[in-house]
Amino acid sequence: MHQTKTHAFEPKIVAFVCTWCTYAGADLAGTSRLQYPANTRVVKFPCTGRIDPVFILRAFQKGADGVLVSGCHPGDCHYMAGNFHARRRFAAFRALLDFIGVDLQRLQFSWVSAAEGGKWVEVATELTERVRQMGPMREFKELESEEQWSGVIDTPELKEAYNAI
Amino acid sequence: MSRIGVFVCHCGENISRTVDVEKVAAEATKLPGVAFSCDYKYMCSDPGQSLLKKAVSEHNLDGVVVAACSPRMHEKTFRSAAKSAGLNPFLCEMANIREHCSWVHEDREEATAKAADIVAMMVARVKKDKKLVPITVPVTKRALVIGGGIAGIQAALDIADAGHQVVLVEREPSIGGHMAQLSETFPTLDCSQCIMTPKMVDAANHPNITLHTYSEIESVDGYIGNFQATIRKKARSVIEEKCTGCGVCSAKCPQKKIPNAFDKNLGVRPAIYVPFPQAVPNTPVIDREHCTKFINGKCGVCQKVCGPGAIDYEQTDELIVEPVGAIVVATGFELYSIGEKPKGSPIKGYGEFGHGTIPDVIDGLTFERLASASGPTGGKILRPSDGKEPKQVVFVQCVGSRAREKGISYCSKICCMYTAKHTMLYKHKVHDGQAYVFFMDARTPGKSYDEFWRRAVEEEEAVYIRGMVSRLYQKGEKVVVMGSDIAVGLQVEIEADLVVLATAVQPRSGADTLAQKLGISYDSYHFYSEAHAKLKPVECATAGIYLAGACQGPKDIPDTVSQASAAAAKVMTLFAKSELEREPIVAKVNENNCVACLYCKKVCPYGAVEEKEIRDRQGNLIRVVAYVNPGVCGGCGTCQASCPSKSVELDGYTDEQVMAMIESL
Repeated sequence: MHQTKTHAFEPKIVAFVCTWCTYAGADLAGTSRLQYPANTRVVKFPCTGRIDPVFILRAFQKGADGVLVSGCHPGDCHYMAGNFHARRRFAAFRALLDFIGVDLQRLQFSWVSAAEGGKWVEVATELTERVRQMGPMREFKELESEEQWSGVIDTPELKEAYNAI
Repeated sequence: MSRIGVFVCHCGENISRTVDVEKVAAEATKLPGVAFSCDYKYMCSDPGQSLLKKAVSEHNLDGVVVAACSPRMHEKTFRSAAKSAGLNPFLCEMANIREHCSWVHEDREEATAKAADIVAMMVARVKKDKKLVPITVPVTKRALVIGGGIAGIQAALDIADAGHQVVLVEREPSIGGHMAQLSETFPTLDCSQCIMTPKMVDAANHPNITLHTYSEIESVDGYIGNFQATIRKKARSVIEEKCTGCGVCSAKCPQKKIPNAFDKNLGVRPAIYVPFPQAVPNTPVIDREHCTKFINGKCGVCQKVCGPGAIDYEQTDELIVEPVGAIVVATGFELYSIGEKPKGSPIKGYGEFGHGTIPDVIDGLTFERLASASGPTGGKILRPSDGKEPKQVVFVQCVGSRAREKGISYCSKICCMYTAKHTMLYKHKVHDGQAYVFFMDARTPGKSYDEFWRRAVEEEEAVYIRGMVSRLYQKGEKVVVMGSDIAVGLQVEIEADLVVLATAVQPRSGADTLAQKLGISYDSYHFYSEAHAKLKPVECATAGIYLAGACQGPKDIPDTVSQASAAAAKVMTLFAKSELEREPIVAKVNENNCVACLYCKKVCPYGAVEEKEIRDRQGNLIRVVAYVNPGVCGGCGTCQASCPSKSVELDGYTDEQVMAMIESL
């Protein structure tokens, strides 16, 4: 793979992958010394079935310009059906993402098996290239608050309402 | 405040060549909560691990991040190092800066920045890690072996000899596999049947082996130490307990002209048959597709002639559930039929070679049947079209193998040797015959292998022509082979009486379906993948499942037997313990929040979620909540992502841990 450097904009890509297929596929890309852009940061899950859409929202909010979700091919899930649940969940979630104004081109869902080091490179390169063209993701960052996520909904409005009682 | 230690590995030069490891270690010290960081040439080595252990005690660390290779490689190594330093092993994380960074990015600056980011992510994660304690589960000390070829038989015998029960499942009516089909074996030319059939009998007679032939795996549930295998015993239409194997039924069967698959369709067999005379068990099976009784109801001869009354036309498939603790997969290979391109296959056929259309173009296994003393010709080399003895035989190697443009890139490994063997067997039987071999390379790296190949060339006068064949066509009684001799740069044409193609070795059909039932992974050719190519060559990534033989890749008999015994040794290691520690990556329910919608129960692939009743002291039911059985939970986390009230949490992958990683971006 040839790598062209010095782009005007280098996007941050977060990849949520399952440990059995795509993570191993990305490992294989490594052992095969296949080259691809260094923009991807991998977060490992046991299964794509574990990936909560909230993680995708949070990644976009925290500065990701593109998100990749990747797991085992249909029928090959280590946990039998986790990837099917994931697929269905993301089919529904994409509509929500679209509704709140995130360009769906920034979110990629794919199947990459443990044997497909080449496909991992292809997917990571394509998404990076696409997001490079699209430019930085702004829709969410402007909404970013100072708070760390605590699992509790805690907005000034709620606090005010609480104090008023 | 946490006290995290960061250990950055050079991996010799594998990481440090592209990643500035000193800089990564220096950057790590700036991360909140990092109390110590360093770099070392080989972190996984003994001094490297000692460095980690020493730092844990000296700096009172409460979490460790090792920035090195993939966790699939060394997570276990570093977790046990952390454990021996007094740290809970689950407070040790790996930042994969080799497979995911130094090996895939050339630019030093970019790679260093990415490595620092990966370390930051894992530091954020390790701070949210909880101490986890492995779950212990009992081990069922019985093994399931899938496939009754030499690999399966060897593994089954080894495990059974160690004193454990073995269930051996074979989908054909007899065990034996491909080895039972072979004539003589390289490099010693000893008779395959003579070494194989006694082993088949041993397996059948072993008190610790339960044999299920004509059976397939229906489903497999559970996990290491505690699998439940459901086996479909297909209807033989013959009651095994009553049958004496006298063979009268086969002899009297009026339907006699069915191509015999065991003889590669060179011979015929009746509708009620045993695949070959030395079959184990020696119990016939009715081929319902070709049996007149099953087609139109008008026969029943076998039932009339069967003395013991063993024929049962009403027999149905039977489902048997076997609890086992370990599984050995030994489903073997088949040769690719290159004549036509199978539907949906990415592999292109070799129509130009005439396989399947020209009767005297055969594959290697068919030649084995021709050369076998128990074969359809009684061991005489006679060509299929007219039964004449061929005087000129052309062998073509690498047909389908090592041809990326045709779809298979790998070397089939066994063909160089078996082609050399074929030329010798041919010469031994047809003294005035001439063997030609079209070959690309001769690959003979085994013990006494190259000597064997040289013998074929130098003493048995096989003519080896370096070059590929372009086309084959029928010309009268002959098959014309057009090829090239690249050593002299000339076109070659040989008028052959028989052509033998060394076609590519492929996994057994249905290998993918079985993999899906077992939850194991396979490569793009459907060969099963081992957990690690070098250090775990017989283990699957799925714990408790082991591989033996050509289902993992092309293998000859010695390699297959070695691997089968290795798989058996792994099973025995597992069975040496009465209890097994499982990774505590399981889901837990927060009973305070759970509203018992039980959506988790619906999505759980393992059936690990139960309903739990919460009662007061008087025994009155207060409410119902979900409960995850940790012994059954596989740890996928689908329940957690699906829970609308966020009441389930998967240890090791909690929302907190994941969010910490995302927030470190």
